[in-house]
Amino acid sequence: MSSSAAMPGAVPGVVPMRRDPNHLGHHAAGEGETRAPGRGIGGPAPKRIVVGYGFWIFLLSDIVMFAAFFAAFAVLQGGTAGGPTGAELFDLTNVAIETGLLLLSSFACGIATLALNARRPLAFQAAMAVTFLFGAGFLALELREFTDLVARDAGPTRSAFLSAFFTVVGCHGLHVTAGLLWLLTMMAQVLAKGFRPDILRRVMCFSLFWHALDIVWVAVFTVVYLMGAAT
Amino acid sequence: MLGKLTWSAIPFDQPIPLVAAALVGVVLLGVIAWVAVAGWLPYLWREWITSVDHKRIGVMYVILGLVMLIRGFSDAILMRSHQALAYNAPGYLPPEHYDQIFSAHGTIMIFFGAMPFMIGLMNFVVPLQLGVRDVAFPTLNSVSFWLTATGALLVNVSLVVGEFARTGWWPSPPLSEVTYSPGVGVDYYLWAIQISGIGTLMSGINLVTTILKMRAPGMSYLRMPMFCWTALASNMLIIAAFPILTATLAMLTLDRYLGFHFFTDEAGGNSMLFMNLFWAWGHPEVYILALPAYGVFSEVISTFSGKPLFAYRSMVWATLAICLLSFMVWLHHFFTMGPGGDVNGVFGITSMIIAVPTGVKIFDWMFTMYGGRVRFTTPMLWSVAFLVTFVVGGATGVLLAIPPADFVLHNSLFLVAHFHNVMVSAVVFAAFAGYTYWFPKAFGFTLDEWWGKAAFWFSLVGYVWVFTPLYVVGLLGMTRRLQHFSVAEWYPWIVAASLGVIVMVFGVVCQVVQLVVSIRRREQLRDVTGDPWDGRSLEWATASPPPSFNFAVMPRVEGEEAYWAIKQRAREQARLREEPDYEPVEMPLNSPTGFVCAFFATLVGFAMIWHIWWLAALGLAGAFATFVVFAWRDRVEYEIPADAVARINRRNRASRLEALQQARRKEAA
Amino acid sequence: MRGDAARPQRRQARVSAALPHLGAIAAAGLVLSGCQMSLLNAKGPVGSDEANILIVASIIMLAIIVPTMIGTLAFAWWFRASNTRAHYRPDWAFSGKIELVIWSVPFLTIVFLGGIAWIGAHRLDPAVPLDSDRTPLRVQVVSLDWKWLFLYPDQQVASVNELVVPAGTPVQFVLTSSSVWNAFFVPRLGSMIYTMRGMTSQLNLMADQEGTLHGLSTHFSGDGFPHMQFPVRAVSDTAFAGWVQGAKGGPRLDTAAYGELARQGTVDAPRTYGSLEPGLFARIVDQTIPKGPGPAQGAETGAPPTVKPKGGS
Repeated sequence: MSSSAAMPGAVPGVVPMRRDPNHLGHHAAGEGETRAPGRGIGGPAPKRIVVGYGFWIFLLSDIVMFAAFFAAFAVLQGGTAGGPTGAELFDLTNVAIETGLLLLSSFACGIATLALNARRPLAFQAAMAVTFLFGAGFLALELREFTDLVARDAGPTRSAFLSAFFTVVGCHGLHVTAGLLWLLTMMAQVLAKGFRPDILRRVMCFSLFWHALDIVWVAVFTVVYLMGAAT
Repeated sequence: MLGKLTWSAIPFDQPIPLVAAALVGVVLLGVIAWVAVAGWLPYLWREWITSVDHKRIGVMYVILGLVMLIRGFSDAILMRSHQALAYNAPGYLPPEHYDQIFSAHGTIMIFFGAMPFMIGLMNFVVPLQLGVRDVAFPTLNSVSFWLTATGALLVNVSLVVGEFARTGWWPSPPLSEVTYSPGVGVDYYLWAIQISGIGTLMSGINLVTTILKMRAPGMSYLRMPMFCWTALASNMLIIAAFPILTATLAMLTLDRYLGFHFFTDEAGGNSMLFMNLFWAWGHPEVYILALPAYGVFSEVISTFSGKPLFAYRSMVWATLAICLLSFMVWLHHFFTMGPGGDVNGVFGITSMIIAVPTGVKIFDWMFTMYGGRVRFTTPMLWSVAFLVTFVVGGATGVLLAIPPADFVLHNSLFLVAHFHNVMVSAVVFAAFAGYTYWFPKAFGFTLDEWWGKAAFWFSLVGYVWVFTPLYVVGLLGMTRRLQHFSVAEWYPWIVAASLGVIVMVFGVVCQVVQLVVSIRRREQLRDVTGDPWDGRSLEWATASPPPSFNFAVMPRVEGEEAYWAIKQRAREQARLREEPDYEPVEMPLNSPTGFVCAFFATLVGFAMIWHIWWLAALGLAGAFATFVVFAWRDRVEYEIPADAVARINRRNRASRLEALQQARRKEAA
Repeated sequence: MRGDAARPQRRQARVSAALPHLGAIAAAGLVLSGCQMSLLNAKGPVGSDEANILIVASIIMLAIIVPTMIGTLAFAWWFRASNTRAHYRPDWAFSGKIELVIWSVPFLTIVFLGGIAWIGAHRLDPAVPLDSDRTPLRVQVVSLDWKWLFLYPDQQVASVNELVVPAGTPVQFVLTSSSVWNAFFVPRLGSMIYTMRGMTSQLNLMADQEGTLHGLSTHFSGDGFPHMQFPVRAVSDTAFAGWVQGAKGGPRLDTAAYGELARQGTVDAPRTYGSLEPGLFARIVDQTIPKGPGPAQGAETGAPPTVKPKGGS
């Protein structure tokens, strides 16, 4: 109270606010702070940025989940319990074809995004259909590999190594399945609703998801198949 | 047709769970019937169940947390009273039931008591403090809440249908594998945590996106209130840690359902892997709970000391340091696995290092009070009690981080006392401080102080009374989870701890009475200005309860403590700011998506637990259909016309002006 | 294996050797230390080192937290709103000097305690053998549902739910489990260690004097967990030899007898075995002997296994 008495025009008992109580040079708007929305001075970011950003964070969390599965695989890789090892089981040709299909599917997905940006519905639907076909082809090959392994008495219950193998690869496969379901939904939505802003945002998220699955596959291919076949 | 589910799943021969469940069932049905007869169901459906308003969802989270805290506390009463009767005697709970109770106590307190409470506070407060109208993804927010509620529901269903896990709150294999836990208990745990975990993860994504991408103009990072910082850190931890839990529990699920060998210790499986993965989530989880609690204390201590938070930037750094370090300490949960001196030494030291930023926070809170005008309201009492008791828990934590000390204290009641010491004084005290502090913001009237203080004193005395004997008996070599014991020297301490629980019961009762009394006296306790505590951040700049759109116009932030600056200017100039130009506000439409999703998730969870495969498939199909229907909506927002916004805001301005003039008249006189 | 390199250095200088008096004074101040069960009243070198570390670290922590607690209450009380003598400084929110102290006090404390942690973690690593001129006694420990099996490979005897060791002789434990995790712990001897199936863990302890101590499992292992408590008798060398002789008269522990033990259930009175099937422990570890079967009965309905509490024993 005493400190405020000297201030001219002050209300008794109330101390005028200093803008920067910690003397940290953070008072004025402007300098050093970008005006871009969402980064301090500009206010909330536009919806497209917010949605994309949120989806990126989701993808990061998904990758953390895969990281846990990869860690488990790395620990259990040696746990073959006298059963078959990766070198005996993996057919790298098959895996190479799978990789090719998935990458082509991603390429088609990229084309679909371009078609979307150009607002060309036919091209979009065609590119999405191609994306679907390649993705489904990938899934079919993976399923064939799985059934083949089970038939050779190398199913997931055979050893901890195979448990981890089926889980890492199968989890990626489940993501692809979910992605295909989503893809069909997006095709139907564009068909029914046209290029509405909210649908554009959803297609953007879908394509982020689809490309992220590629990234995860690269890790699966390297860590599980290449390094697994080497040991 | 019904998988493993038969009439024998219902424990007709065990009176305690059956009577308890019947009682809860009757109360629930009674409430539902009352609500239906009174004709409130449409209101509840429209305004709460389908609401996507972050404030409503936050309130529902807190209600869920409160109910589950009481549920978990009733387990604690059972455990303590049972153990007091179990010296050279069977007690009154058979082992298979006692084991479920301590497992349920931990699971419920962590996942369905503390977590919803903290997430609820963050949901309610963060958008208001940031000066925005809602979180980034309002409908997702509703889905998150209802999935959490699903998990809580499944855990409580296990009371009557089947059993809960008998493995402790972390289902450590091989005990939790199907060989040693063939019943459905562990499955209840797995599906309940998995479903609520998805909700928590989405809530984390939502809040991080909100804090990083949606702030009022001018709200740069270093102008955010401390609670927003701790919420940011906590939610980043959720994003980085919860997927690990999801993966770990998925592996255990595969082991149990499909005969995989992750943790079986057979065919190359490794149970130590589970411990590592679980605690890689588990230790960050401690800070997911504690960091928002620190945020609550920062807000409360600063407000009731009438000063800005001391060394704000230091606090920010300390928060981020804790956030990072929390991922580097998990191994201290199993020093006694025998990993060797180097590993134990490194993790002992990293665990201790966390004490540095935490200690800094304690001292900064102390110096926030220094030179202040401290008002001892209920939230402030909780905060001061936190400071005084938390340091004891911190100190015993540092003790346990020294590997040789942990070699004799691990899994003892000393350890139990330690983590209850830190969890209760940080999280539970913060929960009640935050509850009392923000209650008037949510409902427009303050809580009764007399009953609040009574609740505080009983809880504090009871808490010290319960856990001091447990520290001692831990030093006497008593381990946790004993259904009975025959060591005479432990007995008096166990009895003492049980007596403390009685005192805590009074605290809980006072807390309930406080709510009832406050609702009855709400007209006397009314807060018309929206700023009952002389607050400093933006949530106090709007009415209590805030309108659905929070702020008539988005506030412009021009410094730290945004609202304090506005208020000081108003006081200096003896008038409010110029009235803004009102514009129509667009707000998201309500949606039953969250509720319907949770309904299907409950079906899936229950069906998976009991191996009813067709029902699980049906539930999954239903959930997908719900999303498609939601995505097919043509209208997602509704508009509140400018004159309605103006009308609502003018009412609040009038009360604020009135309060301002009253304060001036009082000071002049 | 891991212990070999560290063996000679063991116990040359104890962690808290410089502070035994301080530790003793503090311990004397604690009511606990007189207590028959207290960890702080240790009966072996490992336990007393750990108790000393505990006490020294507690004193250091108390030196920090007690002033903090008093300071918090003092600040809060002196600066109460009704105290007109307290100077209100509404804008005071930063002081570099205070910040420096605030960061350095916990930091320096942790540097010091971190040193104790690092040295202690190595010197008191349970796998490191104890320093002694006497040949260590070897004991193989198996945790079963829900009892402890102690094999004495050199004496070719075994006991269930009772551990007998000669006082003054170091004991080298090798531990494993037949089924789920447990943790072997004799509070007044020191360090506990987990037992896990398919793996072994090492532990080295010694009892200084004769007497009966309390041992227990500290990792929850199922419904019979409270029954996993056992007496530890530290006896004279002659008494130990006598006990071994007495045990020799007992039945043989072979795969079949072990299979009986491995079933879920409790053993109330300790029992002994007079001879051991060769390689039994190794076969338990490498899992050529089947694991403990668990609650095999009622697996479909999840019915509880037949464990009844001890009831007034």
